[in-house]
Amino acid sequence: MPKVKETEILIVGGGPAGLSAASAAANLGASVLVLERDGKPGGQLIKQTHKFFGSKKQYAGDRGYQIGDLLIEQCGNNPNVEVWTDTTALGIYEDGVVTAEGQAKHLKINPKKIIVATGASEKMIAFPNNDLPGIYGAGAVQTLMNVHGIVPGKRVLMIGAGNIGLIVSYQLMQAGVEIAAIIEAAPTIGGYLVHASKIQRAGVPILTSHTITEAYGDESVAGAIICKLDESWQPVSGSEQDLKVDVICLAVGLSPLTELCFQADCQMKYVSELSGHVPVRNEYLETTRPGLYVAGDVSGVEEASSAMVEGRLAGISAACSLGYGEDIAPKLQAEALAELSELRAGPAGQKTLRGIMNLMDKGGAVC
Amino acid sequence: MGKIKDRLTPIGEFVPQPDDDMIICRCEEITKGEIRQAIHDGMFTLTEIRRFLRAGMGLCQGQTCTRLVKGMIARELGISPLEVEPAAARAPMRPIKMIVLGNEGKES
Repeated sequence: MPKVKETEILIVGGGPAGLSAASAAANLGASVLVLERDGKPGGQLIKQTHKFFGSKKQYAGDRGYQIGDLLIEQCGNNPNVEVWTDTTALGIYEDGVVTAEGQAKHLKINPKKIIVATGASEKMIAFPNNDLPGIYGAGAVQTLMNVHGIVPGKRVLMIGAGNIGLIVSYQLMQAGVEIAAIIEAAPTIGGYLVHASKIQRAGVPILTSHTITEAYGDESVAGAIICKLDESWQPVSGSEQDLKVDVICLAVGLSPLTELCFQADCQMKYVSELSGHVPVRNEYLETTRPGLYVAGDVSGVEEASSAMVEGRLAGISAACSLGYGEDIAPKLQAEALAELSELRAGPAGQKTLRGIMNLMDKGGAVC
Repeated sequence: MGKIKDRLTPIGEFVPQPDDDMIICRCEEITKGEIRQAIHDGMFTLTEIRRFLRAGMGLCQGQTCTRLVKGMIARELGISPLEVEPAAARAPMRPIKMIVLGNEGKES
C-alpha cells in the first residue's frame, strides 16, 4: 500500500502567497507542508529585480528576489514548515486527498486544510506565425535573464504596456537589449507611469492603440508587422509598420490558475476585474468548499504585495480553524484585512475592489 | 449551450478565413481552421473540442490555448465567451511520467 502523507495544512504553491501562508500558520503552531513545482521556492519573486512599492510592512524598497529570500528564510527557520520542492500537484479528490508528482513518485497527501496558492499563467494571443522560435511570454524572458543570465536576443518588440511589459522592457534595456517598441492595444498605458516614463525617457516609443498583425521569419522571428487600432479595436488599414526584431515578448495579462479549485468543486465565478474565473470565497479567503482557502493571484490577479498579505490571512484563518492561536488570530486577521485595504486604496486597487465586490455579490454567472 | 434546441440552431456555413492555418494549440499543433471546422461539425464546448481534436490536451494542458479556443467557440456560435462552459479540470493536471504511475505500489 502506498503511504499517504498526513499534514495539518497543505499549501499548494511556494510563491509569495504560499510562503507567507506557511509561516503565518506555522507561527500559530500548525504543521504545514508546502508543495513547490520548481527546484527553489519563491515563485515569481526569484526573478524580480525591481524594488517594491507600498509600505514598510510589505517590504517596500526591497527588490523582489530579496523578499523571496526573506520568505524562504522565515519558512526554513520554522520547524513546523516542510517544503517539498520539485513537486507538482496533480489533482484533488472527493475525500480531500491531494496527489502530486515528486521524488519520482506519485505522492498522496491527506491534509486537514488546504490553501491553494497556485498563482496565475500568462495569456497568449493569436496571430500568424506565433509559434516561431523567438516568441516568448514575458515571464520566460524574465526567467532567462534574471535567473539564468541569458539575454533572449538583440532587438525586442514588447506587446503589452501593463506593469509586467514595462518592467521587463526596462530590465531588457538594463541588460543591453534594444526595445524596438512597446505596443498596447488599449488606448492608455496600463502600468504605473513611473515605469513608463523611465522607458520613454530612454527613447523607446510606447504605442497605444496598436496591435501585432503577424510575425515573420524562416527559422525564427525576423520581424513583426504592427498596426494601429481604431476606437472599436479594428485595424486601421494603411497604418502597418514593419519592425525588424528577433524577439517578440508577450505581456498581455495573466489568468488565475484555478484548475484545483474547479476540481475541488468550489463555486466559481467569472470576474473580469480579477482576470478570469475565480473561486467564490469569504472575507477570510475560505472558498465554498469548507477547509479550502485561496490566496494570491489564483483568487484574482493582483500584485505580490497583496498576495503576501492574502497568504498571511489565509494561513492565520486555516490555523485558527484547527484551534491554533484562537486568542490572537482575530487581531492578526483584522491587521491583515486593514493592510489589504491600504494596499488597494490606490487607483489600481479600485479595480480589484470592484472585482471582489462582484465576486461576493450573489447574482451573476456562477458555475 | 446545454439545451438540445441550442444544438439545433443553425450557426451558418463554415467560411474559410485567410489565417485558418494559424496554430492555436501549440502543444498539439491544432490550427484555427481545424477548430472552427470542428465547431461547425457540432463541437460546441471546450470538452468536446478537446476530445475531438486534442486541442488543450498536450504538455501545457490548455494553459495557453483554452482562452483562445473559448473565444473562437463564442464567435462562431454568436454568444458571449461567458456562456461557453469551462473545460472540466481533471487529475492529472500536469504531465506525469508513465514510469511513476507504473511503479506505484511497488515501493515497500
